[in-house]
Amino acid sequence: MDIFGVPHQALLGQMFIGLVNGSFYAILSLGLAIIFGLLNVVNFAHGALYMLGALLTWMALNYLGINYWLALLVAPLAVGGLGMVFERTMIRHLRRLDPIYGLLLTFGMAQVLQSLASNSYGVTGLSYSPPELLRGATDVGFMRLPNYRAWVVVASMAVCLSTWYVVERTRLGAYLRAGTENPGMVQAFGINLPLIVTLTYGFGAALAAFAGVLAAPVVQVSPLMGADIVVVVFAVVVVGGMGSILGSIVTGLLLGVVEGLTRVYYPPASNVVIFAIMAVVLMFRPSGLFGTAK
Amino acid sequence: MNHTHTTSPTPSRLARLRGPAIVLLLLASLAAPLVVYPVFMMKIYCFALFASAFNLLFGFAGLMSFGHAAFLGSAAYICGYSVRSLGFPPELGLLAGTATAAVLGFVVGRLAIRREGIYFSMVTLALAQMVYFICLQAPFTGSEDGIQGIPRGKLLGFIDLDNPLAMYYFVLAIFVFGFWSVHRIVHSPFGQVLKAIRENEPRAISLGYDVQRYKLVTFVLSASLAGLAGATKTLVFQLVTLTDVHWSTSGEAVLMTLVGGMGTIFGPLVGAAVVVSLEHYLSGLGSWVTLIMGLIFMACVLMFREGIVGSARSFWQWRRARREAATAAKPLSVNAEA
Repeated sequence: MDIFGVPHQALLGQMFIGLVNGSFYAILSLGLAIIFGLLNVVNFAHGALYMLGALLTWMALNYLGINYWLALLVAPLAVGGLGMVFERTMIRHLRRLDPIYGLLLTFGMAQVLQSLASNSYGVTGLSYSPPELLRGATDVGFMRLPNYRAWVVVASMAVCLSTWYVVERTRLGAYLRAGTENPGMVQAFGINLPLIVTLTYGFGAALAAFAGVLAAPVVQVSPLMGADIVVVVFAVVVVGGMGSILGSIVTGLLLGVVEGLTRVYYPPASNVVIFAIMAVVLMFRPSGLFGTAK
Repeated sequence: MNHTHTTSPTPSRLARLRGPAIVLLLLASLAAPLVVYPVFMMKIYCFALFASAFNLLFGFAGLMSFGHAAFLGSAAYICGYSVRSLGFPPELGLLAGTATAAVLGFVVGRLAIRREGIYFSMVTLALAQMVYFICLQAPFTGSEDGIQGIPRGKLLGFIDLDNPLAMYYFVLAIFVFGFWSVHRIVHSPFGQVLKAIRENEPRAISLGYDVQRYKLVTFVLSASLAGLAGATKTLVFQLVTLTDVHWSTSGEAVLMTLVGGMGTIFGPLVGAAVVVSLEHYLSGLGSWVTLIMGLIFMACVLMFREGIVGSARSFWQWRRARREAATAAKPLSVNAEA
C-alpha cells in the first residue's frame, strides 16, 4: 500500500522516528519553559546539559560499569546537581537584570561545557548500545516497531505528563506558579522561594540530562550533539509559545512528526522545515500556537 | 550617553581630546602595516565592522540579534561566488554581497520584530540556523569545503588588490566608511528616536513614532553593514566556509561587543581587537581557545558588563564628578574663613 507514492511501511517508520525526535524536543522545551517561567532565564546551556546527560551515560558504562537503567537515574541527578551549583553561584546574580544577560551567561556556559567535552573526547561519536531488554523489534501488525524507540516515546511522555501534573495540579506547583506571578507575596507566606528557584533550575537541567540518557542509544554520543538541537528547541518554543507546559509538549511532538514526514517527501527540507513553520506561525500568530497574546 | 559632553556648552576634557584622538588613531592605522602583519589588521577591521553593525542594533535600539552570522555569511558566499564564478570585479562583488544581506535582513527583520525581548533573540537565531542549513545544501556553496581560491581582482580595473598594501588601505577605507555610517546613524535624529524606543517603547509609540518601522530600518541597516563586513572578509581571506554562517560566529559578534562595551561607539572596535588578538595569540592552544572564550563570556556577563570602553567612560565620569565636587567645595571653605 502506497501513500502519495511512498510505501506505508517507510512512511510509518519515518513518522515514528519523527515521534522519537519529537519526544526529545518535548522534554527539552518543557525544561526550557519551566526554567524560563520561574527564573526568567532562557537557558542556552540546555543543549549542553542534554549532551552532558548522554556523555555521562557513556562514561558511567565504560569507566564504572554502571548500566543503562542506573544511568537513567544517576545522570539526571548529577546534571541536576551541577545545574543547582550554576544557579547558586552564577545565574542568581543576574536576577534583577535584563533577561538577555541570562541568555548570554548560559551561552558562555554552553561553550565551556561543549569545549571541555570535545577536548576530552574529540568530536567523533561514541556508540552506546541499547539495554538487553529493549533490543530488537515487535511486529504490531501494520509495522515493525523498534523496541528501544518505543520505550523512548513512552518514557518521555510519562516524564512530561508527570511534570505537567506536578506543576498544574499539586501544592508545590501552585507555589511555583505563584512565585512567577508575585515573588514577594509568596515569600511573605513563609515559602523559601530562593530554594524553589534553585531546585527548579536543577530540575530543568535534570530533564535535559534525562533526554540525553534516552538519546544515547539512538544517536551517536558526541560533544556536538546538543549544539544544534538547542536552536531547534528554541524554534519549537517560539511556535508553541512559552506560556503553556502542555503547549510545549504537544508542539514538540507535532514538530518532530512534521520533520519526519518531510524527510520522506522532500529530504533536503527536513533540516529547515521547523524554522519555516516558525516563520509562518510568526506571521499569523506571533504569540505562538498555545501562547497567550500580550 | 557618551555624547552628552559634546552637546554641553563647556565640553569636558575628554570630549576636547576626542578630535585629536581620532586623527591620531587614523594616522596610526595608516602606518600600521609597516609594523603589524596586514592580514591580521584586516581581520580586526572586518570583525570590528561586524561587531559595530551588531551594536547598532543591540546597543542603540535594544534589539538583541543572535543571528548576525547569517548576514555576514550570506554576503560572504554571494561575494565569493560572484567574484570567482561569475567574474565580477571586487567592488561589484562587495555590492552584491551587501545587497543580499540587506534583502535577507529585511525578511528576517520583518519576522523577528513581531516578537520582543528574549523571543526576538530566539527568532533571529532560529532563522539564522535556517540560513545555515540552506548554505550547507545550496549547489553553489561547496558544502563542507566552502568556496576557496577567490581572486581579489583589480579594484576599479586598475588597483591590484593582490598587493597587500593596496588591499590593506582598501579594507581600512571600507571600515572607516562603515564605522562613520554607524556614528552618523547613532547621532542623527533617527538615532535619537532609536534610543527613545530602547528606553521606553510605549512612550515612543504614544509620541506618534512608527516604532515597528524604525526597528525594521535599523535591522536592515545593521544587516547590510554586517554583510559589508562579510563580503570584505571574503576578499581578504579569499575563502568562505560554513563557519561564517554558523551561530558561533553570531556569538563572536556578541562577545566582541560585550568585551568592548555595549552601546558605546568604540566598544565593538576595542572588543574586536581584543578578541581577534586573543584568538591569534592563543591559537597554539588549539580547541582550548573555545573554552577560554566561553570563560571570558561568562566573566564579562557576571562582573564586567560595561566592557572596556564602558568602564573607562564610567571611570572618567567618576573622576570628573569628583573634581567638580572638589572645586565646588573650595569657594565654600573660603567663605567660611572670611
